[in-house]
Amino acid sequence: MTQVNMTVNGKSASGDVEGRTLLAQFLRDDQGLTGTHIGCDTSQCGACVVHVNGEAVKACTMLAIEADGATVGTIEGQANDDGSLNVIQQAFQDHHGLQCGFCTPGMVMSAAALLKDNPKPSEAEIRHYLDGNICRCTGYHNIVKAIMAASGQDVSAIAAE
Amino acid sequence: MPKDGGIGASSKRREDVRFLTGNGNYTDDINIRGQAYVHFLRSDIAHGTLTSVDTAAAAAMPGVIQIFTGDDFAEIGGMPCGWQITDKHGAAMQEPKHPVLAHGKVRHVGEPIAAVVAETLAQARDAAEAIEVEIAELPAVVNMKDAVKEDAPKVHDDLTSNLCYDWGFVEENKAAVDEAFEKAAHVTTLELVNNRLVANPMEPRVAIGDYNRSDGEHTLYTTSQNPHVIRLLMGAFVLGIPEHKLRVVAPDVGGGFGTKIFHYQEEAFCTFAAKAINRPVKWTSTRSEAFMSDAHGRDHVTKIELALDAQNNFTALRTDTYANMGAYLSTFAPSVPTWLHGTLMAGNYKTPLIYVNVKAVFTNTVPVDAYRGAGRPEATFQLERVVDKCAHELGVDPIALRRQNFITEFPYATPVAVEYDTGDYVATMDKLEELADIAGFDARRKESEARGKLRGFGVNCYIEACGIAPSNLVGQLGARAGLYESATVRVNATGGLVVMTGSHSHGQGHETSFAQVVAEMIGIDESMVDIVHGDTSKVPMGMGTYGSRSIAVGGSAMVRATEKIIAKAKKIASHLLEASESDIELKDGAFSVAGTDKSVAWGDVTLAAYVPHNYPLDDIEPGLEETAFYDPSNFTYPSGAYACEVELDPETGVVTIERFTAADDFGNIINPMIVTGQVHGGLAQGIGQALLENCAYDEDGQLLSASYMDYAMPRASDLPMYDVDHSCQTPCTHNPLGVKGCGEAGAIGSPPAVVNAVLDAMRSGGKDVAHIDMPVSPSRVWAAMNG
Repeated sequence: MTQVNMTVNGKSASGDVEGRTLLAQFLRDDQGLTGTHIGCDTSQCGACVVHVNGEAVKACTMLAIEADGATVGTIEGQANDDGSLNVIQQAFQDHHGLQCGFCTPGMVMSAAALLKDNPKPSEAEIRHYLDGNICRCTGYHNIVKAIMAASGQDVSAIAAE
Repeated sequence: MPKDGGIGASSKRREDVRFLTGNGNYTDDINIRGQAYVHFLRSDIAHGTLTSVDTAAAAAMPGVIQIFTGDDFAEIGGMPCGWQITDKHGAAMQEPKHPVLAHGKVRHVGEPIAAVVAETLAQARDAAEAIEVEIAELPAVVNMKDAVKEDAPKVHDDLTSNLCYDWGFVEENKAAVDEAFEKAAHVTTLELVNNRLVANPMEPRVAIGDYNRSDGEHTLYTTSQNPHVIRLLMGAFVLGIPEHKLRVVAPDVGGGFGTKIFHYQEEAFCTFAAKAINRPVKWTSTRSEAFMSDAHGRDHVTKIELALDAQNNFTALRTDTYANMGAYLSTFAPSVPTWLHGTLMAGNYKTPLIYVNVKAVFTNTVPVDAYRGAGRPEATFQLERVVDKCAHELGVDPIALRRQNFITEFPYATPVAVEYDTGDYVATMDKLEELADIAGFDARRKESEARGKLRGFGVNCYIEACGIAPSNLVGQLGARAGLYESATVRVNATGGLVVMTGSHSHGQGHETSFAQVVAEMIGIDESMVDIVHGDTSKVPMGMGTYGSRSIAVGGSAMVRATEKIIAKAKKIASHLLEASESDIELKDGAFSVAGTDKSVAWGDVTLAAYVPHNYPLDDIEPGLEETAFYDPSNFTYPSGAYACEVELDPETGVVTIERFTAADDFGNIINPMIVTGQVHGGLAQGIGQALLENCAYDEDGQLLSASYMDYAMPRASDLPMYDVDHSCQTPCTHNPLGVKGCGEAGAIGSPPAVVNAVLDAMRSGGKDVAHIDMPVSPSRVWAAMNG
């Protein structure tokens, strides 16, 4: 067992982990941050996307010990300080960008990383960026629309509801 | 003006807030103090005799608590099948025993052989590696037509063959159908495959068993679409636990699409093992396990023939289908290729004579059962493909041929045992033609061709049957369950309501849309209504969510219970207002006496019900809580017309979806935003089936597509923005909301439009191909273009 220390959502977090413990497992099992989901075992689905030192990372592709000393952001830390939904979260609700909610944390975290690098992405750029995030419920239409809306773009021309 | 609440409003989903902030409560998020972990050792061989399972070395590994094998379950009931089909000779289907853990033989890759329960998951996995399993391999049967040959190896030695049943529908019509074909002016024949799919909800299955020695109660937390059904099936048929000693909880469930209807071995195992070791036992499926243990979908091989007279009227339809059951009968598997498929073969057309033959076959593959649409996509695909092929053979416009044969008068009794109550297929086709901008297609095609691409346009219609019912009919058809729904409405003293519904939401937004209905009926704000589901200790009874049944059946039960609430509340109000009950009106959350200004608020009445100081105690009981069970008198029949426009790169065979238009008739709509979202998701799964997805086995029964590296899930860049319309509304005549259901339409209606469009694109490039099987992959398209 190795002790790891990191900052998660602005608070210090530490624990003893095995060498094989993934960051996703550390967040879920040690820290109780169950908003980070595990949807596959081949790093394809993106339900576990978190931010490590400001970059979007699939938490199943990183060992917990690799994140030692890192600053980690998860879905639990995304809301505004007053607890209200942030711009991206609110856009997902407003545009029905989620159904079962399982892929949603990863989608929101990926969207945040995209908008940080590309504040006004086109539809094609959003679809390309989300290649590593699989959703089975929405058919992506409303996710793409929500991300465009969150970036301040007019989505009223995109098919209704 | 869009409404801002109640029926017809696009109310934002209340469940979203917890999902968007990481506060969802999915089964894998639940951890019980003291829980142990189970890992299943699964067969990597498709068919063989289990000669030895030696667990001695594994049992000595660190952290191992107990290892279970098939012998531990020899005295336990097998996994039950919930539907019995009677074959065309009047005999019951062949129904093999389905053990919790493999016993004697293994029959598909992924079948659990042993279960290791340990202190940690890693220890359980490590120990499973040390189990020594000896399997004497037997030849596997994978191809259905090979499986029914006389000398084929048998999946189940105690059955007479690999044929589960040979079903004829309607058998009495067969001779007349054959005669119509002899007299036909034109016959179109098509052989096709409906590809095997894996449902792949993003949340893998999870089960946690818990046992309380103090009161003898078992609890199972599970990723289920219907916890009460699991309680009944597992309690009564597998483990012998009565309902009052078994609680099943399905909390937030991350998608189902049918595959979480069924009762699985892992649920029974965790419930059993929790008592055996006196500790909670948790299992979380990996995605790879999901591919080889979740029930698969589709997998039909069909020959369909359509007969027409000289005026191009459809005169008869005849189909011959092989349906894969896999190695065992999953919970509702036998019903899918029969009652959920044969009854839909009339589609939107007034074909007077129809005969459907289905041979259900056992193979050494994962069991196959309902997946979004379940039988109806298979019916729609064959019918809409053969109609399109027929139009091209005859040189007539595919839309005109469809219109000519549309059913136009309702109610309409089909020759396949169902009666459509309402529909307007002309209206949805009109709407589709308008939205799909057919007039502009030629210009778009020219633009594509200028870039060296081919462009194709395809349409199809569909009809769906939702909310399968009534129970006394489905009982005659072989269902071993009722298909009603229940709801309990509990009004609290201060006026808030809790609706306990047997429907289960795993993405459909019931917590929002169900609340809209009750709020509208009483005239109160939606925020005063809470929807509770997914826990057998909170909801009295339920049949769950599948087959687009929730609003049509569960919603109707909720309406009936709310009507009882309102009736009792009016009695209380009439007492408070000292007026005749027949003069009491409920509007905007207040009871008033007709023609006067006397009224009492909703909250005054609910308070009186629980603080009955001024109350008609001689006439009615205190309290305000009512339950209703609703058993529909018929299915509902959503319908629609879909159009797909593709671009095809003749150099590479790559097909892209450029436009997709859906014009649906779902009857009345509760929440348009949610309905549109349901269609989007269905379209993505239908387009996925048509272009990308395929569950593949090799000839030895090895599963070739057991991860997201091998099974092509549709991704954002594979799909277009959709144009979805549901303004054509012919309300259902036999349920109180006039609703029809919308969950499966997209998946049912989209695959034929995609394939029809691809073939159209090929024709525009000078290649007249009669059919191409799904998924329409680049290699298949390229081969067809260059063949």
